[in-house]
Amino acid sequence: MPAVALPDTAAWLADLAGEPLPGRRREDWRFTDLAPLQAVAAQLWSGPDPFAQLSLPEGVSRIDPAVAKLLLDQGLQSTGGSGSWPVRLNQGASPTCLALRVSGAAAPLQLALDAAAGPGLLAVQVLLVLEPDASLELLIQHRSCAVNATSLVTVAQLGPGATLNLGVLAPGAPGASLLSHLAISQAPGSALQLTTAVGGWALSRLEPRICQLDGAAHTRLRALQLVTGQELADTHSHVQFDGPAGQLDQLHKVVADGAGRSVFNGAVRVPRQAQQTNAAQLSRSLLLSDRARVDTKPELEIVADDVKCAHGATVSRLQQNELFYLQSRGIAADQASTLLLRGYCDEVLRELPAAAASAHPLQLLLRERP
Amino acid sequence: MIRPDAPLLLEIHELHARVEDQPILKGVNLSVRAGEIHALMGRNGSGKSTLSKVLAGHPAYSVTSGSVRYRGDNLLELEPEQRARIGVFLGFQYPVEIPGVSNLEFLRVATNARRLERGDPELDTFAFEDLVRERLKLVQMDPAFLERSVNEGFSGGEKKRNEILQMALLEPLVAILDETDSGLDIDALRIVAEGVGQLAGPDNATLLITHYQRLLDLITPDFVHVMAAGRILRTGGKELALELERTGYDWVDQELARQPVEVA
Repeated sequence: MPAVALPDTAAWLADLAGEPLPGRRREDWRFTDLAPLQAVAAQLWSGPDPFAQLSLPEGVSRIDPAVAKLLLDQGLQSTGGSGSWPVRLNQGASPTCLALRVSGAAAPLQLALDAAAGPGLLAVQVLLVLEPDASLELLIQHRSCAVNATSLVTVAQLGPGATLNLGVLAPGAPGASLLSHLAISQAPGSALQLTTAVGGWALSRLEPRICQLDGAAHTRLRALQLVTGQELADTHSHVQFDGPAGQLDQLHKVVADGAGRSVFNGAVRVPRQAQQTNAAQLSRSLLLSDRARVDTKPELEIVADDVKCAHGATVSRLQQNELFYLQSRGIAADQASTLLLRGYCDEVLRELPAAAASAHPLQLLLRERP
Repeated sequence: MIRPDAPLLLEIHELHARVEDQPILKGVNLSVRAGEIHALMGRNGSGKSTLSKVLAGHPAYSVTSGSVRYRGDNLLELEPEQRARIGVFLGFQYPVEIPGVSNLEFLRVATNARRLERGDPELDTFAFEDLVRERLKLVQMDPAFLERSVNEGFSGGEKKRNEILQMALLEPLVAILDETDSGLDIDALRIVAEGVGQLAGPDNATLLITHYQRLLDLITPDFVHVMAAGRILRTGGKELALELERTGYDWVDQELARQPVEVA
């Protein structure tokens, strides 16, 4: 569906964010057309509180709203995301806030953010404070079925030895937009696994910003984004090591079909104090159509001299040797392509929190009939 | 087992094929009847692997002239998957790793494609697991391999055993095994050879592409063919392989020198 720009929506969004919509002249928005966002009705989403029915597992408790506000600001500042336009928009849109403290080993938790058929902008903030040695597995599921927008700011603070397995499963809808900023700070000895799977949105922009405050933490990032039709999916990730002996293992995968456009910018900052950092970033893109477009850019800034930082980027079509191998076993070409595509996606999807399995993420994202 | 009255499964006549602009096969002739085991030998670059890929329908190879009939029908007009479904199997020299595609699911889809072609009902997940676990014994594979991605992280021997497992499930009428013995240690070679030997029967045929006598010590061929310069230069019995082991391929150069040069 072609996005129709409504001037009043652009002005309304700019007013909420306190600054105009970022244009193509800004480096980090160079490839990202915000037209789908401007097609959304200029109003705040008016559905029920998405967290009203949420029951918290043992070890998870709510944080007082006044304290939460301070911690949110602190988290955004420590990861350098305070000035991000999606964050400012979110803050200006009177977001519903869920602030949780986790102690000990909590049972898995799921949050459903369904903008459904409601018009306008759904703005939500999630704050997670993991106390030392706490652990949590959290799955956030986004849904929509109309021309609307979801704005989510997630702030997580991982104490020493804490473990967070955070999954974002976001199958979108034609005309819908998703802006998700994740600000995660890690104390030494903490482990973060962040797995994001996004597809089917007219516009999606994910901004994971991770800061290892004193190094010596482990960060594992897995991402899959799919585009087809005229869709645009943009991920700008940023990992900052502010201390020594930090580890990063990042895999970003793309499936680009139709006239879809995928953007990936993977920044890794290793300043002088981050000696013995071990970071690896790999971007793999599967181009299924001549009209699809992939823009992928590693952005490594390494000042420390005793580090291992590897990066790689590939853009390819389905491998002919793999297709032939499957065909030579009696599997038809189209079925072989589907098997390969499913396998390609599954490498990321299988790392989502276990609760995602019941949602059948492959079927959702590939839009397969059950 | 040579039976002159056995059905002719594969009939290759004056086959010429090229990859890109490079002619590789320059007039291959070969007939294979049910029950027979053929060994195809020759130096690297003689055209053995090309022949196997042409028979399986690899899209990178184009046939420029000649014919291949499979049970009397034109094999070359069929897509690779159709060839597999009617019983032509290629065991790869370098089995392909396919990350993310479960070996079990792959084997089930492949087996059901072959079963449907034969008029047998598809096997559901449970029935297939029973079948595959029984066939695993043939190649002494750990069932854990079923849970992994196709060939991903498999050792050379495990990949070749996985090929023979596929053969055991698909029950082909013509199995072309392209250097299945390469990269195998003695134990793996024995397991693979025993698997192939058990699958060979009076109704099917096997074409073994190999460099070495050691495989033929375990699987006795009815015919041995020597390929050179894109053709079968000489055909004999199992003693021809033993002769090659003793004398090498120098005689091939002399024989080729005596023959007229073919203009591609």
